Amino acid sequence: MKILVPVKRVIDYNVKPRVKADGSGVDLANVKMSMNPFDEIAVEEAIRIKEAGNAEEIVAVSVGPAKAQETLRTALAMGADRAILVESDEDLEPLAVAKILKAIVEEEQPGLVLLGKQSISDDSNQTGQMLAALLDRPQGTFANTITLEGDSITVKREIDGGLETVKLTLPAIVTTDLRLNEPRYASLPNIMKAKKKPLDTKSPADFGVDTAPRLKTLKVSEPPVRQAGEKVEDVDALVAKIKALGIA
Amino acid sequence: MKTLVLVEHDNTEVKDATLAAVTAASKLGEVHLLVAGADCAGVADAAAKIAGVGKVHLADDAAYKDMLAENIAPLAAKLMADHDAFVAPATTTGKNIAPRVAALLDVMQISEVMSVEGDKTFTRPIYAGNAIATVESTEDKLVLTVRGTAFDKAEAEGGSGTVETVETTGNAGTSEFVSRELAKSERPELTSASVVVSGGRALKDAETFEEYITPLADKLGAAIGASRAAVDAGYVPNDYQVGQTGKIVAPEAYFAIGISGAIQHLAGMKDSKTIIAINKDEDAPIFQVADIGLVADLFKAVPELTEKL
Ligand SMILES: Cc1cc2nc3c(=O)[nH]c(=O)nc-3n(C[C@H](O)[C@H](O)[C@H](O)COP(=O)(O)OP(=O)(O)OC[C@H]3O[C@@H](n4cnc5c(N)ncnc54)[C@H](O)[C@@H]3O)c2cc1C
Ligand SMILES: Nc1ncnc2c1ncn2[C@@H]1O[C@H](COP(=O)(O)O)[C@@H](O)[C@H]1O
Repeated sequence: MKILVPVKRVIDYNVKPRVKADGSGVDLANVKMSMNPFDEIAVEEAIRIKEAGNAEEIVAVSVGPAKAQETLRTALAMGADRAILVESDEDLEPLAVAKILKAIVEEEQPGLVLLGKQSISDDSNQTGQMLAALLDRPQGTFANTITLEGDSITVKREIDGGLETVKLTLPAIVTTDLRLNEPRYASLPNIMKAKKKPLDTKSPADFGVDTAPRLKTLKVSEPPVRQAGEKVEDVDALVAKIKALGIA
Repeated sequence: MKTLVLVEHDNTEVKDATLAAVTAASKLGEVHLLVAGADCAGVADAAAKIAGVGKVHLADDAAYKDMLAENIAPLAAKLMADHDAFVAPATTTGKNIAPRVAALLDVMQISEVMSVEGDKTFTRPIYAGNAIATVESTEDKLVLTVRGTAFDKAEAEGGSGTVETVETTGNAGTSEFVSRELAKSERPELTSASVVVSGGRALKDAETFEEYITPLADKLGAAIGASRAAVDAGYVPNDYQVGQTGKIVAPEAYFAIGISGAIQHLAGMKDSKTIIAINKDEDAPIFQVADIGLVADLFKAVPELTEKL
């Protein structure tokens, strides 16, 4: 089986995003960028499946600017075999990304597509579900544990009330949640090796996908800032405050 | 505009999350509901009583029993032929289903809507809520998920909607429900509780978390939440996680105990009315948003606080 792993280049999760003064977006100039953390989890899971002998090849895909090559090299250094960059300078919407991924799935015929549940930049939480719909395939979102058995995959999902288990017929789409695994760091020798692994570059037009945005961002603003309140001296003072608020 | 709101339920009861979605939908126009489930006529009757509701579309079939997105999305997409906006609560159920509906309709979804600014204009948080985007849809049809803490709940009683049975779209046959492990608790539900007590990595392990956090929560009649670090380390189940990628809460009072205040955590609780933080590090970022802060060792302060309240 082949596994396809879409990885997105996003602002590093340690950076505090700043809104641009003109309200046009978030300032990404000179900001550290990394692989979306949920996608690292997806790459890690794909590698573990391969290591367990249940997959032969892992293909990482990124839709994004030329710099997204770095993100793909990280995936290759972790253990992906091959990468595809679909180059676009626009920040494409999940629907457009899903359509590009659909075309790649049709070409590559993976048994499993492993995505992150959410990009920490646009916080959409849509692409995997959209891809599953476009391909008319089953989806296991917010995966906590996955188990492959013959032509099916069992996915334990993190849901609001606890956990839920579903069984999907392969080929299937799975999106990762935080507890699925702890991603490995790429070793230096593997980073060196990754430089020689194949990386194809394509464009959205190669797949005949119309990527025109469907949503117009009118403005991006700062959320209301919370002011720090006061520090109290001791528990007695805290109790008095809490009682004054009528909470207890 | 005619909206179709996805009713979240367990085949017996309408879940509260539905009510905020109804309020958001009512700002757009006529509110219709979709109750898809198995043996769920009672849910449709209850849903028809929600204030402001017009028609309730009831799809009763074994295929819908467990809200599998593969089965619900085609049904919703079909009903959207007669509706202009599909509105789902931004719960794990809504997040699982709505994008699938959007793709079937060839529409971009707007996730976690926080306000309705116009017929096609909405605000939504991006970058862990560090920025708020105002977006306008250019599509004929809308697909939205709605943040529960951003809208008042519609009244559960007082409406006089009519229930109409719709034809099933059947079972896609590609996915199957196996089991569900739901935490049973007498406590208020995390996302709607008026007081939340959350613990972080500092709580050491499951026993210590229970020993220090639970009595305080009991005293306050509070729901219990946690940081990702506390969940990852197994102190509490995954559905306790508050934050960018967990639950969004906005209680009257939020207690952050032994939580540093990473942006991903703040994203889930900074709309709380009063934030109370206990942390031994006076420079912990949580104090930048806390209304009341106590710099102290929680293992001393929390039992004393519980005792004195
Ligand atoms: C993709 C992604 C998504 C994420 N999503 C979320 C999310 O949804 N929710 C979330 O919470 N996090 C999330 N995180 C994790 C987040 O970045 C932080 O790592 C996490 O919130 C830290 O948890 P913490 O505050 O409990 O732990 P720490 O940061 O380790 O803080 C522990 C705090 O306890 C204090 N302390 C220690 N001992 C004591 C004591 N005896 N008495 C009093 N205080 C004490 C310390 O001073 C410290 O401030 C996410 C991260 C990523 C990468
Ligand atoms: N531009 C992109 N390139 C590659 N993968 C993407 C891209 N955008 C989204 N994805 C995948 O879809 C997941 C969910 O993203 P989103 O729907 O934007 O929250 C991510 O975790 C990635 O796995």
